[in-house]
Amino acid sequence: MLYALKIAVRYLTANKAQTALLVTGVAVGVFIFIFMSALIGGLAEFILSRTVGDISHITIEAKTEDPALLIQSEGHVLAVAERGRTRAATLAEAATWLPLIEAVPAVKAVSPQITGAGFMTRGAQVAQVSVIGVEPGRESAILDLQGYMVEGEVRLGAGLIVLGRDLADDLSLSIGQTLRIQSSNGVTAALTLSGIFKTGNGGMDKARSFVSLSTARTLFAMPQGVTRIEIKLNDLNAADATALRIRALTGLDAVPWTDGAEQLMEALDAQAQTGYFLKTFALITIVIGVASALLLSTYRRRPEIGIMRAMGAGRGFVVFVFVTQGALIGLMGGVMGAALGYLALLPFPSRDAFKVGTLPMDITQGSYGLAITLTVIGAILASILPARAAARVDPVTAIGQ
Amino acid sequence: MSALLEVHDLFKTYGTGEAKTRVLRGLSLQLEKGELAALLGPSGSGKSTLLTILGTLMKPTSGSYVMLGQDMIAAGDANLTAFRNLHIGFVFQFHNLLPDFTALENVLFPTAVREGRETPAARRRGRDLLMRMGLADRIDFPTANLSGGQKQRVAVARALMNAPELVLADEPTGNLDRASAMQVMALIEQINREEGTTFLISTHDEKIAALCRRQIVVGDGVVTG
Repeated sequence: MLYALKIAVRYLTANKAQTALLVTGVAVGVFIFIFMSALIGGLAEFILSRTVGDISHITIEAKTEDPALLIQSEGHVLAVAERGRTRAATLAEAATWLPLIEAVPAVKAVSPQITGAGFMTRGAQVAQVSVIGVEPGRESAILDLQGYMVEGEVRLGAGLIVLGRDLADDLSLSIGQTLRIQSSNGVTAALTLSGIFKTGNGGMDKARSFVSLSTARTLFAMPQGVTRIEIKLNDLNAADATALRIRALTGLDAVPWTDGAEQLMEALDAQAQTGYFLKTFALITIVIGVASALLLSTYRRRPEIGIMRAMGAGRGFVVFVFVTQGALIGLMGGVMGAALGYLALLPFPSRDAFKVGTLPMDITQGSYGLAITLTVIGAILASILPARAAARVDPVTAIGQ
Repeated sequence: MSALLEVHDLFKTYGTGEAKTRVLRGLSLQLEKGELAALLGPSGSGKSTLLTILGTLMKPTSGSYVMLGQDMIAAGDANLTAFRNLHIGFVFQFHNLLPDFTALENVLFPTAVREGRETPAARRRGRDLLMRMGLADRIDFPTANLSGGQKQRVAVARALMNAPELVLADEPTGNLDRASAMQVMALIEQINREEGTTFLISTHDEKIAALCRRQIVVGDGVVTG
């Protein structure tokens, strides 16, 4: 078949302009394929990082148990046990589980937290806030608090607090000033503002505060354990599998972020489907282009095919010559398109540096290998029809032309 | 001499209904090994159809055809293709060379297509044949750059590449000037004499036919002389 390859190459090089045009056409199709892959992939990455990037990918919360009935039942007792809204359950043995969870390969960071609600007062101003107690040194483990700081610093020592921009403005607070906080447990403490953050998320900037874990223990009267463990993963798409693994390892109720994010997932799926359609159309264009060009070549070379058949070339040989041409066109166009796509994507910021106002292109999601492989397969499939037509050429009729 | 091929009671009909044309009407013929024969006859007499059938490029409507002891009518397409490659060479009126290939590449084609590559041995034979055709200085020329006579000599060399027992030539000199025609015929006569290759040459030219040792005249689809 080496000889068939030589004939195929010769046919392609015999008409350089036509071949170049054809290869360019294929390359444009591949370029579109790669561009769409990078755009759709980048867009999904961007949306996820914007919506899910700053939240816990897996959360473990203690199960809130029903209040116990203390009445000894003699005969029939009718009682209604109402679950308290503010009752905070605890993960008493969190310290035991943390090393185990941290050892799971996909886990990037673990943040044990004590969470609760309270009222913040300064002078006559009062604001309702949610309080999150985190371990000093792990302030930015889940939410990139350090990155969102606009004033002061993330310093969560004893007696310090970090607030959102809007909340600080509402209370007319600036760095170094003191405020009073009363927790839902009725504990009051005076805290000094050490930092102000701004995430761009209104709810967060207006009502969230961060304190150290020890301060939170005091506020919520929780001498041991935590109320929640938040886990961040290297790949947020691995949340479901990792949550299962953590559940199996610890027996704790690990909940992935995808629970309750069905609408977001549906939107991303719909976006991915759109991408598949566009990429499929690009491939169909390639197939039609290659098939029509080779079909034209078949008709143009009918007398030559007739001569080859008369000289002892079998139908298989003729098929191979034309299929090889298709494969070569696909390979050249695929590589050229992939290279062009890569070069075109280079100027775009990397996935970690997406900025609002620019196209969120992800150069790593160009699917270059897939694009080349599918193009070669598509071009081969496209060449089968012309190749079969060539093999069916009647030598007598063709030579007489 | 022994029989190279034998056809008996060949019929060939083209078309159906009112468009039906009977070209061969019970033609019988025997060619011996080493013959140099001219096939004569007016246009439409069935010369080209007979050559096409003898070249296994087409099957007759009925009749028998045996070459080198093998039944050419019963053989399938793949077998006929392989047989043709080994035992039959063709020279056409318009040379029919592959235009994107050099003279040597054209000559090598019948061997290369069988062996899957251009072997050094095949290259040596191809060069020898082209030198014998007086084309030593045109071996690596693209065929588009050759004259009509040179192209036809390349075609003769290609027909001889696999050392076939039979070469079928359909008006090989019909498109050449007298000098080139005589040059080609001299080569054919020389190869026939030296290598014993059988030639069946279809021609309208009686001078060309006179150079052959046997003249076969076809008329109305049968051999008339």
